[in-house]
Amino acid sequence: MTADVERSTDDDVVAIPLRHPWRWVAAAAVIVVLGLLFNSLWNNENIQKQYIWQFIFDPRILKGVWITLAVTIISMVIATILAIILAIMRMSSNPVLRGVSFLYIWFFRGTPLLVQIVFWGYLGLLYKQISLGVPLTDFHIFAVDTNTLIPAFVGGVIALSLNEAAYAAEIVRAGLLSIDHGQREAAYSLGMGPGYTLRRIVLPQSMKVIIPPMGNETISMLKNTSLLAVVAVPELYTASSQISSGNLRQVELLIVASLWYLFITSVLSVPQFYLERHYARGNSRELPPTPFQQLKRAVARMRGRADNRRIAAKAHEEVGA
Amino acid sequence: MSDNELMVDARGVRKWFGSNEVLKSISLTIPRGEVLSLLGPSGSGKSTFLRCINHLESIDGGRIYVDDELIGYKQRGDKIHEMKPREIAKQRRKIGMVFQRFNLFPHMTALGNIIDAPIGVNGESKSEATAHARELLERVGLADKADAYPAQLSGGQQQRVAIARALAMKPKLMLFDEPTSALDPELVGDVLDVMRDLAKSGMTMIVVTHEIGFSREVADRMVFMDGGVVVEAGAPRDVLDNPQHPRTQAFLESVL
Repeated sequence: MTADVERSTDDDVVAIPLRHPWRWVAAAAVIVVLGLLFNSLWNNENIQKQYIWQFIFDPRILKGVWITLAVTIISMVIATILAIILAIMRMSSNPVLRGVSFLYIWFFRGTPLLVQIVFWGYLGLLYKQISLGVPLTDFHIFAVDTNTLIPAFVGGVIALSLNEAAYAAEIVRAGLLSIDHGQREAAYSLGMGPGYTLRRIVLPQSMKVIIPPMGNETISMLKNTSLLAVVAVPELYTASSQISSGNLRQVELLIVASLWYLFITSVLSVPQFYLERHYARGNSRELPPTPFQQLKRAVARMRGRADNRRIAAKAHEEVGA
Repeated sequence: MSDNELMVDARGVRKWFGSNEVLKSISLTIPRGEVLSLLGPSGSGKSTFLRCINHLESIDGGRIYVDDELIGYKQRGDKIHEMKPREIAKQRRKIGMVFQRFNLFPHMTALGNIIDAPIGVNGESKSEATAHARELLERVGLADKADAYPAQLSGGQQQRVAIARALAMKPKLMLFDEPTSALDPELVGDVLDVMRDLAKSGMTMIVVTHEIGFSREVADRMVFMDGGVVVEAGAPRDVLDNPQHPRTQAFLESVL
């Protein structure tokens, strides 16, 4: 290296970073308000905290958590499969399929979820028996009582998944529509059939559009399982309200249920994050950082700012001296 | 392989978009091994004609035969029937196509783009398809980019991967739809080099392009289209240096 290529430090920008006092003021104000609110709850003598600790791991609550999780996951899986079918029907060139898909979405989005749940609970009133046989004759291969075949749990799952499918179908359709037509043309020109193209080329790319709103839907589903209380499925909310109807500790048990809902929501966002990362492959030049990587970078940034300020101050002192 | 020396035999091809007739009875034959360059102003129907050859567009009149097979339809007696999507897909396997906008699959690596159809459509084993794909990447000068995603490649590199992807299906005919029009000028050369090598290897090629220099050097024949008809056809030198038709003359004056 020769002297003239060496980097001169004379004209480096050694500015003292701008201070932001109002950021500190705003942060302090928000913290004070939050602190007051927290204090009013924490030291509220009408909330007996020992009941929260007593019931948070109560076997009935834990069983409720498992049922809530099971209903959420099973319903979301069924809803997603139905949604893909509905979305493909909606985009089909067959007018009957298109029409049926449209009517399905119109009906299940247009009636309240609570009404649909109660309806499935009352199915036994509409059809006393469900049987397999020749239609319009008395010949039956088998016949069972409706309430035996569809207990409350199954009825609840059917109601939630059929309703969710209507919303998810529109999300899937938006995802399919977001793919450039050139992708399909390229696939066809390579001799891929329509089904293979959908499976290998179009759906995997739509995932990055489909997953974030589906994450939202999953969290909605988790909370909507509490509506199954009306058909006596012993999920989390039902379990907590059954306990509180015995000991009259309604608020404490609502807090117990809420803590569990918050916990499950947090846990569910982890697979969503990694699914999004998976389908972001090739999408950008760099994959989004994991939370741990983000934390490391944030710490490094703050350290850098502090260092800059110290170096700049020192440089200016030296100039002054 | 075949007693017919024609790779493509288009007879009176007509195509309408709504009430607009974009192909007005195009008849063209392309012998095996020929490199044909299609030239014409935008809206002349040259890209549409190219897309009719692998049935990305259906035709409203006439017949197109590729390698002695009627494309997109089945002839039974004097009636013709539409083909099933699976049968059309099978016909497309021997016709490679390269697009103006590359259309690589962004969720797959360069290698993944090349091996997907040979494995999923042709039933090749993964090792066989991968070995062939690496050869093709080598051939287009991108042996070191096998694991790169399309977003990590320049336009010229993407287009060369797209050519390798089409070649992986071992096509008998290659269609190029303005393959260099979306590229920065300094990246055009690499793509044209690959196409030049391909032409030398004896591939039958139909190239829609505005690269006059490439056409002059590589094409065996040049066809000038305008308003949905073939205006002029002949050896590139004749068409370019001594155009007979006033529309050809006007077009060449505007591009040269």
